[in-house]
Amino acid sequence: MRYSPLVGGPHAQCPVCRLVMKAPEERPDAPLGCPRCGASVHRRKPESLARTTAYLVAALICYVPANLYPIMRSTSLGRAQEDTIVSGVAYLYHSGMWPLGTIVLIASVVVPIAKIVSLGGLVASVRRRSRWRPRDRAATYRIVELVGRWSMVDVYVVTILVALVHLGTLANVEVMFGAVFFAAVVVLTILAAESFDPRLIWDVLEEEEGRDVRT
Amino acid sequence: MRIIGCRECDAVVVEPFVPDGGAAYCDRCGGLLFRRHSRTIEVCFALVVAAAILFAVANLYPFLAFQMQGQTTRTTLVSGTRALLDQGENAVAALVFLTTIASPACEIGLLLYVLAPVHFGVRLPGLALAFRFVEQFRPWSMMEVFLIGILVAGVKLADLAEIVPGIALYAFGLLIPILAAASNFLDAELVWRRIAGEP
Ligand SMILES: [Zn+2]
Repeated sequence: MRYSPLVGGPHAQCPVCRLVMKAPEERPDAPLGCPRCGASVHRRKPESLARTTAYLVAALICYVPANLYPIMRSTSLGRAQEDTIVSGVAYLYHSGMWPLGTIVLIASVVVPIAKIVSLGGLVASVRRRSRWRPRDRAATYRIVELVGRWSMVDVYVVTILVALVHLGTLANVEVMFGAVFFAAVVVLTILAAESFDPRLIWDVLEEEEGRDVRT
Repeated sequence: MRIIGCRECDAVVVEPFVPDGGAAYCDRCGGLLFRRHSRTIEVCFALVVAAAILFAVANLYPFLAFQMQGQTTRTTLVSGTRALLDQGENAVAALVFLTTIASPACEIGLLLYVLAPVHFGVRLPGLALAFRFVEQFRPWSMMEVFLIGILVAGVKLADLAEIVPGIALYAFGLLIPILAAASNFLDAELVWRRIAGEP
């Protein structure tokens, strides 16, 4: 194997410029300053599991009203209609735009809950000091980080509709508070993903490797 | 011999030789270690200049016009934020402003500020700080998602009225692949070495 995590004692890696530096032997978790870019360096993201869990719980709480309550109300020639996330998807399917409907369904309904579940699973696996398929868990985290932003699409759709359709009694679109909860879900899941430190997945394996070397 | 670390699993490796245009992945977790582009600074600088021009166009001109019974409304990037503010949705307005205007503007502007002096071999103050912020703004810059949002909104309104795409929409359509190419070509490690004056 080419990697050698224990070479030369504890090390830390700058989260911004990725410079690898020696961490102090007796207090490896003390914060350092990066000599190259000046960012503050922690060996692991501080309080990673607690912060990720907090963001996930908050996101889960907001997920319910985000889907139950309407995100917008559109009035057209005196006829008012309230739309939730799901009814917006249904509309796209009914008008034959199933590729867009599928994108929105995945981005707005599936991605947020899948993100909450997989990050929750990652946090639980690290807490239980699991050694199960670390490569797959690392890949899961990579995907979560990559797709999370696409949930914003519904927030943008509402924004554009509101900006375009304001013709008084003829046609009008208003934001409703479901959209606020939905935006909160997106932001909270992005913050949760940023708080999680994927290096924790490997720490338990590294400790065991170290033990093997000594015995 | 240089020591580099894997961002995702913290494995420390001796930097492997990678031919120009190639990439190195972590043996342990499979994460991307780096992509090597020897001409990264020239290529990225050119791409970012193009992105800055397109971003200006995308901000100045309307991206959709909506015509219904003789009345027309047009939207620009900023009018979405303004409409949300008018309806009292300040938090959502702030989020939309951050992700579609502020973050992309900072990302493009700061990249220009960093790449131009590195490209021309000039020393300017605050390069390290500026490049740090580029990394920090990137997750909050969501223009490609906004483009899909425009498409969905257009489809939803197509029954109701006539939708006319504007110049900004085409600028957007060009801007997104150019920005994606720029961040693909950006060999951040090389830029950091140039900023720090390392060989
Ligand atoms: Zn790795």
